Amino acid sequence: MSAQGRSDAPLRAPRSKTELFVAFTWLALQGFGGVLAVAQRELVERLRWLSKEQFVELLSLSQVLPGPNVINLSLMLGDRHFGWRGALAAAAGMLAVPLLIVLVLAALYVQFSAVPQVAGALRGMGAVAAGLILATALKLAPTLKRNPMGPWPSSAIVAAGALAIGWLRWPLVWVVLALGLSGFAWAWHRLSALRRST
Amino acid sequence: MTAEFFGLHGQSWSDVLQLAGHFALLSVLAVGGAITLASEMQRYLVVEHGWIDALQFNASIAIAQAAPGPNILFVALLGWSVAGPAGMLATMAGNMLPSSLITFGVGRLRHARRDALAVQAFSVGLAPLTIGLLVATGWVLALPLVQHPLSMLLVPATIVFMLKTTRSPLWMIALGALAGALGGA
Repeated sequence: MSAQGRSDAPLRAPRSKTELFVAFTWLALQGFGGVLAVAQRELVERLRWLSKEQFVELLSLSQVLPGPNVINLSLMLGDRHFGWRGALAAAAGMLAVPLLIVLVLAALYVQFSAVPQVAGALRGMGAVAAGLILATALKLAPTLKRNPMGPWPSSAIVAAGALAIGWLRWPLVWVVLALGLSGFAWAWHRLSALRRST
Repeated sequence: MTAEFFGLHGQSWSDVLQLAGHFALLSVLAVGGAITLASEMQRYLVVEHGWIDALQFNASIAIAQAAPGPNILFVALLGWSVAGPAGMLATMAGNMLPSSLITFGVGRLRHARRDALAVQAFSVGLAPLTIGLLVATGWVLALPLVQHPLSMLLVPATIVFMLKTTRSPLWMIALGALAGALGGA
């Protein structure tokens, strides 16, 4: 059974703020080189707190709002279930234990930074982090088939965004403004056409 | 860990306040994540104030990336290297509070009006850009590995692992660390 098989199971909700805190702590502790890939695995596939579509939606909003994407995502998910206390529980889960670990590592780093094995291990982990992010993109891509904008306009925006930021290294603000507004305008047009026809 | 490690590192309390203020200002601009502001933070901490040197700056980012957890923690390390625990509180609170309050408010507003056309067009219209930005991030992370062919192999191997199995990504992270440490990647 492939990993995608789980994405069809019924959605569930976190039972308590403690469960939120623990889930986000566990999620953060698996996130080497970024938490996003793990967030998709945990929240969509394992815990079933979000569908793939809901995950993309929350992530989109997290990306255009200021602040760290995964923290924004945890704040909104926590708030939706348990109000501001839930938002705090989720964000604290994401930050508290990893912060302790990173401080210990910073203290150790001074002694071991010159060891070539340490540099090599960091590079290997970096490669895996790159693969994790790309795999997340591939897993979320099928949600675009059901996107009311249509598969071709959606794919064009995916490609333009990836090229502008990854290849051309254009400033993010302008890319988000240009492609975000185009996407918004086209989606508005398509959605209002859909609403008129029903 | 000396007293210096936990002290103010020779900065004054007004420096710490100034640090918090500047990071709060940056917080509202951090569209697409705090890492997009790293170059501006470098300019402010290293060039303008000389609070830390360029190598300390790079080490903070490398350590945060190697450690588990959100990449935003590099901001905590930067604060700590400028002015110890007080500096860490200054950069983290400065960097997180304004953006978190905005997110909190917008998240509620959006959920309350989730049936409005504008809100739906926003979600639908931004979904492809979100996926495009993920591809870009993966690309940017993989690019420095071109001189290390075996590291490059880890990228597609990880993709296959994630798409075809339900195991935790920790297995691949461990494999990557091991391969790198043994000089294979």
